[in-house]
Amino acid sequence: MEVILNQLFVGLSIASILLLVALGLTFTFGQMNVINMAHGEFIMAGAYTTYVLQTALGTGFLTLSFGLALPAAFLIAGTLGLILEFLVIRRLYGRPLDTLLVTWGVGLMLQQLARDLFGAQNVNVSAPSFLDGGLTVAGVSLSYSRMFIIGVVLFVVVAIALYMQRTPAGRRMRAVMQNRPLASVSGVRTRVVDRTTFFIGSGLAGVAGVGITLLGPVGPTLGLAYLIDAFLVVIVGGLGQLRGAILAALALGMANSFIEYNTSASIAKAGVFLLIVLFLQWRPQGMVVQQRRGLAS
Amino acid sequence: MNAVAKLLPSSAPKPSAFVVRFALMAVALLLIAPMVLSDFRLSLLAKFLCFAILAIGIGLAWGQGGMLVLGQGLFFGLGGYCMGMHMKIVDAGPGQLPDILTFSGQHESLPLLWVPFSSAWFAIPMAILLPMAIAALLGAAIFRQRIRGAYFAILSQALAGAFVIVLVGNQALTGGTNGLTNFQTFFGLSVTSPSDQRILYFVVAVVLLVVFLATRELALGRYGRLLLAVRDDEDRVRFLGYDPTRVKLVAYVVAAGLAGLAGALFVPVVGIISPAMLGIVPSVEMVIWVALGGRTALAWAAAGAVIVNTAKTNISEQFPSTWLYMQGLLFVVVILFLPKGIAGAVENLRALAARRQPPPAISRLTRRRPRAPAAAEESV
Amino acid sequence: MNRPIRGQRRAGRRALALALAALAVVAVGCGSDSDESSSSATSASGDTIPVGILHSLSGTMAISEVSVRDSALLAIDEINAAGGVLGKQLEPVVEDGASDWPTFAEKAQKLISTDKVAATFGGWTSASRKAMLPVFERNKALLYYPVQYEGLESSPYIFYTGATTNQQIIPGLEFLKEELEAKTLFLVGSDYVFPRTANKVIKAWAKVNDVEIVGEEYAPLGNTEYATTINKIKQAKPDAVFQTINGDSNVAFWKQFKDAGLDSETLPVISVSTSEDEVKGVGIENIVGQYVAWNYYQTTEGSKNEAFVKAYKEKYGQDRVTGDPIEAGYVSVHLWALAVEKAGTTDVEKVKEASKGLEFDAPEGKVTIDGENQHIYKTARIGQLQPDGLIKEVSGSDEPIKPDPFLKTYDWATGL
Repeated sequence: MEVILNQLFVGLSIASILLLVALGLTFTFGQMNVINMAHGEFIMAGAYTTYVLQTALGTGFLTLSFGLALPAAFLIAGTLGLILEFLVIRRLYGRPLDTLLVTWGVGLMLQQLARDLFGAQNVNVSAPSFLDGGLTVAGVSLSYSRMFIIGVVLFVVVAIALYMQRTPAGRRMRAVMQNRPLASVSGVRTRVVDRTTFFIGSGLAGVAGVGITLLGPVGPTLGLAYLIDAFLVVIVGGLGQLRGAILAALALGMANSFIEYNTSASIAKAGVFLLIVLFLQWRPQGMVVQQRRGLAS
Repeated sequence: MNAVAKLLPSSAPKPSAFVVRFALMAVALLLIAPMVLSDFRLSLLAKFLCFAILAIGIGLAWGQGGMLVLGQGLFFGLGGYCMGMHMKIVDAGPGQLPDILTFSGQHESLPLLWVPFSSAWFAIPMAILLPMAIAALLGAAIFRQRIRGAYFAILSQALAGAFVIVLVGNQALTGGTNGLTNFQTFFGLSVTSPSDQRILYFVVAVVLLVVFLATRELALGRYGRLLLAVRDDEDRVRFLGYDPTRVKLVAYVVAAGLAGLAGALFVPVVGIISPAMLGIVPSVEMVIWVALGGRTALAWAAAGAVIVNTAKTNISEQFPSTWLYMQGLLFVVVILFLPKGIAGAVENLRALAARRQPPPAISRLTRRRPRAPAAAEESV
Repeated sequence: MNRPIRGQRRAGRRALALALAALAVVAVGCGSDSDESSSSATSASGDTIPVGILHSLSGTMAISEVSVRDSALLAIDEINAAGGVLGKQLEPVVEDGASDWPTFAEKAQKLISTDKVAATFGGWTSASRKAMLPVFERNKALLYYPVQYEGLESSPYIFYTGATTNQQIIPGLEFLKEELEAKTLFLVGSDYVFPRTANKVIKAWAKVNDVEIVGEEYAPLGNTEYATTINKIKQAKPDAVFQTINGDSNVAFWKQFKDAGLDSETLPVISVSTSEDEVKGVGIENIVGQYVAWNYYQTTEGSKNEAFVKAYKEKYGQDRVTGDPIEAGYVSVHLWALAVEKAGTTDVEKVKEASKGLEFDAPEGKVTIDGENQHIYKTARIGQLQPDGLIKEVSGSDEPIKPDPFLKTYDWATGL
């Protein structure tokens, strides 16, 4: 029983990390159909933001710098996203496969840039002291940093849901997503909406970067480790579906946790992929499907 | 279908012109290159020509068929490992265990997976057929469900990643991250001797030329037109009574077979096959070659593989740290401004030289259907 | 999308495209021409000796290998400042292996046949060494490989200046058994050749030493999620963990290990792939008090080491640290230079002959080249992580251990 509870928490934790790195993609990939392979490098930018703030403020202010890092990383990664959108992606709307290749090139350059700026070695980001250690409840150890990440994800998910449902800007975003020409003729400035969407999506990658500094390495190639997983979450969840992404992240996290517990990490990784292919046989559109009235799916 | 047929002229010049060009190319590959290049450079070229074979496959599946195959490393690796296992067994001699197996696992005798590869009659066909079979299975599953575009690309990419994990995880059978190395002979040729490496070069060059001709026939024929039509509008083709799943499947399977063939030739030429060459990053690089050369022209796809790799070798020899920037930049610039790669650029140059309006081929490729409904276009 | 197509923009783009294409063609053409000519100039000029340095300067392995390139360059500077070798200055030719094994083989061949280097210093992963091995054997050229590795290899054209299993893993195991009195061990590693081979050795050793192996886990290289592995460790309740995780994953492991409420008091871990350089990325608070097994630390005593650390920091910055592979890279160059002086020529066979039994006062203490297997005698040192991020030696062999890559002198190791 203890084992199952422990693995449930592990699964939840993996799910929260998956969701965190994938949330940005539900915007850029899910809504705009831009396959942004530089998403991983935006995550990296967020992680390095934490590092820079920490070095600038000194080790005496870990909590402060960590708190500042969350909004700062959102802005920095978001701005990177805006620049990318302005320079490259807006020329490629309607050519999703080409965005994939172009952003891969951009990602390569950002990686080398990080290497030149911060060195090829991993840098150290310390967790603030209030995240040290954890609780043990009924034999289950709940680490504070993992719970913190879960908290951040919950906060972001609620914020996104409120933004999409309750604000005029969110309504416009949904309108553009569901029927771009109709939104356009109804007076929605689709270009502005595109830019906003891309800014938010990229910014969320930055937030993810701050979160994963608590658990993983901070180095130039950090993004690649999370990128494919993030895309798989969006695909399994269904394009542009917040609910779908949450469900998919939970499913993948739990599958990973329990398969790995019973076999090995390698088999878990390969096994989860197999499950995804099988799942898409059953539901090619993902868990949650957006109704569209177009002829093509 | 007339409209579709009109798309072809750029990639299909008059037969006579083609024959001349092909002959020139063959002369360059088979006569001039071996004369001018040193042993070291020639064996590098042989490696690049292996990549060119693979690139032709990508050109067919992606350029003609619109399927962005981001996991070709998987098939390349399967071909390479089939050939590598056979060569290791032959090197070890009858009754002996290949060195890979003795230091990566405790085997009393040849493991079951390796046994059939003792025979060249099994290993060589398998190097091509195994990738094709796996592509057929996977492709049937994916295309039948009408998973396309980005979905397909990312799935094929994840598959290459998963394959690497499996290879590495079974070190006792596959040599793990080290892969298979230190080969001695290839059908009586010594892979370490420069003169035999030259013979290998000719083998690769001839295979490349044959593969190019055969694939070109396929792409120019009735099937090729159907494939183009599927690329441009799958649903319309479906309404015309064809089954797009089957059309795409053929291109995907052929591309996988070519990747396997390339892998099988790569092993004797380079002398190593390891999981690091099959994963996600190398698989994307393979697509870069084709994008740079020209995705819609098979010959340029092959040329792209040679050009990018030559550049990589030379530039990284001289400025190691700038190569990544240059590679990234090359990518961005080519896709943004030269969607047809060097092929498109050459076409434009020719048009300029002839002082007439350049053919509208570029705009046809980039803005295929400017007035299509947005939803349809987004889900390419 | 659906933007009006404007004529001017298209024309502009097309011109740009043409210019770029032309540029690319020129660049490729120049590259292949200049390359052959420049290299022949290098080998023709008789007053310098070219030596190759071949490490990954890009890709995933750059994290570790860049520092080793730096220490090799430092050694070359020192030798040149002292008058060079045989009265000639050394001229380093640096190549990027790009964390890609065929590239290692390709660049090794290029260094040998185009640059005509007298020796090459490089490699880190087993895979890169295995890829380069046939190249060096075929060309009868020399490679100095500076990293601890899994043993079971002895190429006549490679000098192994890092530890083999009996100089690192076995002393580490003995430390766990004798001094920490560990009766049960858990093995955690990255999924690649070194950990799997090392763990094979460990299991054979455990059988005859009354130590029980209570678990063995591997995760793919680059894995960043260790929660499940750590849960398995917690359940197995071992006395100690033997850790062979490499690269980025190390950071994830140590962060999550501490996060799970474990530390050196509750569960000691000994690692054979975490050196000073990696500790910087891990964060000392996550790893303090834990153990590592190497042959050299920045804190190793001796005037030779003081001078080495000082020179390294002066050249590359005060925030840089030295470590075992970095030191081995430095020692490699000096060993080769000594052998060349002794042989009076850079001829490979004569340098090999002169290397037999060659001694050098290295930062790690006296090292001697074993004439038989071309590994070197090294002192085993068990270290403990200190709060300042450095490693303090807490135990070790009193004198250099004879290298035994095939573990022939250990009865329990027969059949490995």
